[in-house]
Amino acid sequence: MKLIVSAAPHLHDELSTKSIMWNVFFALLPAWGFSIYYFGVQALLLTVYGIFSAVVSEYLIQKFRKVPITVSDGSAVIAGMLVSFNIPVSAPWWIPIIGSIFAMAVGKHVFGGLGHNILNPALLARAFLMASWPTIMTNWTKTTLGSISGMTAVSADLASAKAKLLVSSATPLGVVKFLRDKNFVDGLGVTAEQGQEVAHMLMSKIASFEVVQNLFWGNCGGVIGETSVIALLFGAGWLAYKHIIEWRIPTCYILTVFVLSYVFGGIDGIFSVSVLFAVSQVFAGGLILGAFFMATDMVTSPCTRRGRVIFGIGCGVLTVLIRIKGGYPEGVCYSILLMNLTVPLIDRWTLPRFFGASRKRRVK
Amino acid sequence: MQKKTFKYGVHPPDFKSLSGGFAIETPSMPAVVTIFLNQHIGKPAIPVVAVGDMVKTGQLIAKQDGFISANIHSSVTGKVEEIGNFLDSTGNLSKAIRIRAEQEEEWVELVDDEHYLQFANQEIIKRVQDAGVVGMGGAGFPCYVKMMSKNIDTVILNGVECEPFITSDYRLMLEKGEQIVAGLRLFMKVLGAKKGIIGIEENKPKAIKALHSLLVGLDDVYVQPLELKYPQGAEKQLIMACLHREVPNQGGLPADVGVVVQNVATAVAAYQAVRYRRPLIDRVITVTGSAVRNPKNFYARIGVSFDYLLEEAKGLIAPVAKIISGGPMMGFAVSSTEASISKTSSAIVFLRESEISSEKESNCINCARCVDVCPLYLLPGRIAGAAKHSQWDKAKESGALDCLRCGSCAYVCPAHIKMVQWIDLVKAKLSEMSKEGE
Repeated sequence: MKLIVSAAPHLHDELSTKSIMWNVFFALLPAWGFSIYYFGVQALLLTVYGIFSAVVSEYLIQKFRKVPITVSDGSAVIAGMLVSFNIPVSAPWWIPIIGSIFAMAVGKHVFGGLGHNILNPALLARAFLMASWPTIMTNWTKTTLGSISGMTAVSADLASAKAKLLVSSATPLGVVKFLRDKNFVDGLGVTAEQGQEVAHMLMSKIASFEVVQNLFWGNCGGVIGETSVIALLFGAGWLAYKHIIEWRIPTCYILTVFVLSYVFGGIDGIFSVSVLFAVSQVFAGGLILGAFFMATDMVTSPCTRRGRVIFGIGCGVLTVLIRIKGGYPEGVCYSILLMNLTVPLIDRWTLPRFFGASRKRRVK
Repeated sequence: MQKKTFKYGVHPPDFKSLSGGFAIETPSMPAVVTIFLNQHIGKPAIPVVAVGDMVKTGQLIAKQDGFISANIHSSVTGKVEEIGNFLDSTGNLSKAIRIRAEQEEEWVELVDDEHYLQFANQEIIKRVQDAGVVGMGGAGFPCYVKMMSKNIDTVILNGVECEPFITSDYRLMLEKGEQIVAGLRLFMKVLGAKKGIIGIEENKPKAIKALHSLLVGLDDVYVQPLELKYPQGAEKQLIMACLHREVPNQGGLPADVGVVVQNVATAVAAYQAVRYRRPLIDRVITVTGSAVRNPKNFYARIGVSFDYLLEEAKGLIAPVAKIISGGPMMGFAVSSTEASISKTSSAIVFLRESEISSEKESNCINCARCVDVCPLYLLPGRIAGAAKHSQWDKAKESGALDCLRCGSCAYVCPAHIKMVQWIDLVKAKLSEMSKEGE
């Protein structure tokens, strides 16, 4: 009788690293499917380029490093997919390829491969692409406000070049960014007062149910993977059901953005916007994609429960700070990257109270 | 009654239907028994017989050595054949007395004191001590020592049996409910406890019902149904669930929060020890697993071999890849069926190759699933990661010394990291370092 002798436990849960990764892949499929439907076959191709080059570069790097080849664990597939999801559909074919190679080489394998990276590889690649080819990375093919009824009339009134720039701006975040600039607003109309009037009207448009609805379904400008809130939530729900993502990070992140947008989001000081405006700020840009699929990246998020809360809130604060005060209209990417850097510190500061620790022994 | 539980933990499949439906059977007389001297926590017992001696069933063959130790009795009538090292139920070689059994057995003299509850506490404790009763849930802590605890208000009987496969306590609760309650009463009397609780997991509704029916109308003793979750049967988790009291860490005992926990099988053994002066020479053991032809529960004499029990269960129906002594979460894989059972052996599980995980460790992906399940709120992955790089302080601050070795972290780890072994390594290193420091 040949017996295996090994240490307990002798049973194991079904979930493995591989199955976690493939579950994340499946969870991203609805968003991918939507983007193909919405942006056309180019969204399919760019994502395939991204996935393919991520897998090939991981294979080659591991071959070169003479370490076991682990491309079948699916982590490279997800990284490539997320890199492509962060690229506008108008980008040329080589953008996702360069992005994925960067993500694998500099984002992941420089640190030692799976589990060792400090920063989320896909977001690092996005930051790299944004810095290298800013025009390509923000060239939206669809506009959000242009399609809304009544907006054409507004744009007809706005004769200035500035106004055209504004209405052609694809995302509500982009519009709000412009409107926060007082000089820009004053130059919108013939007089400064007219400019202010137009700005306020635009702000209320963004807070309209129609815009929120468009953002929710995904009928708006943006990168390949971030537009449809409903498709992303569908995938996130699957991951939550499989206990692969935990509620703390996404909930804290989104709630923080919601609250801060409600308080500080307006152009007329604090509490100058409606709840619907705060909702539009949550649905707009990459927040939903970032909160459920990037901030929750296991490798680069804290392991303690309190740490996850802090991490989520930190991401939210930085996102809103960048959106309101920063040079970019969107802050999800940089906020998560910055918070990634704080993870070892957060873990150390939030060591849990162990069961039975610092409880006085009962004396009778 | 509303079911209760502790925080976190895991949900392994329970496999209890394999053997749970079969009443406890008395197997044939074994040809030989190998009775170990260290079936308990503490010092091994000292043999009081020599090779060649004839012994009766229930006769003292090794006496307790020191305060934390226990008497050992012969489980058969026969001749002492050898005193030497044999394979024990944890898969290690340890010192034992091997006795060749005769088919006709002769018991030492037993008594029947119907009014055992009126005995003085010292007499009750002495009888439990004499009978060599130890905690039969797995730890093997001498029972009489716990019975001398002070300031106890509640006795909890552990009928949780949260390890998959095992049904020995379950059958005992169905078949020996009166004796369990009698044991509980004894513990309560000796300890002066006002409350008695029998904690049972909800996957054993028949046992809950059976014991509940014995306690109808009593307000100091009740059955507490518990949520199905591992490690619900761990002492600290059981106390947390039943009473919402947190036993202090770093050496804290249930007595620190006014509680004594005993296994249901221990309660039966203690009752028999006090009323009949019957020493602990047998126990209920589950022989199970998908590789076994007829999974069963037996009254097995202490010291019978795994071989013998497997034969009593009608052998194997499939090649066995792993034999586990105890449950699959905390039990030991043994290298041979020549191993013999002890007072703490609750089950032998025979698993096929397809059922065991043999994945290699891969990189930690920091998923924190281990953190999310740890019933002691530790950071197992951080401990393992620190241990790999010899960062002993970091391992310590992540809670390595508090670990109860339940294996929940390793059970859920998607990277198949051997958490418990890494934590054991840290514990060993830290104790080595503190000794060097002295």
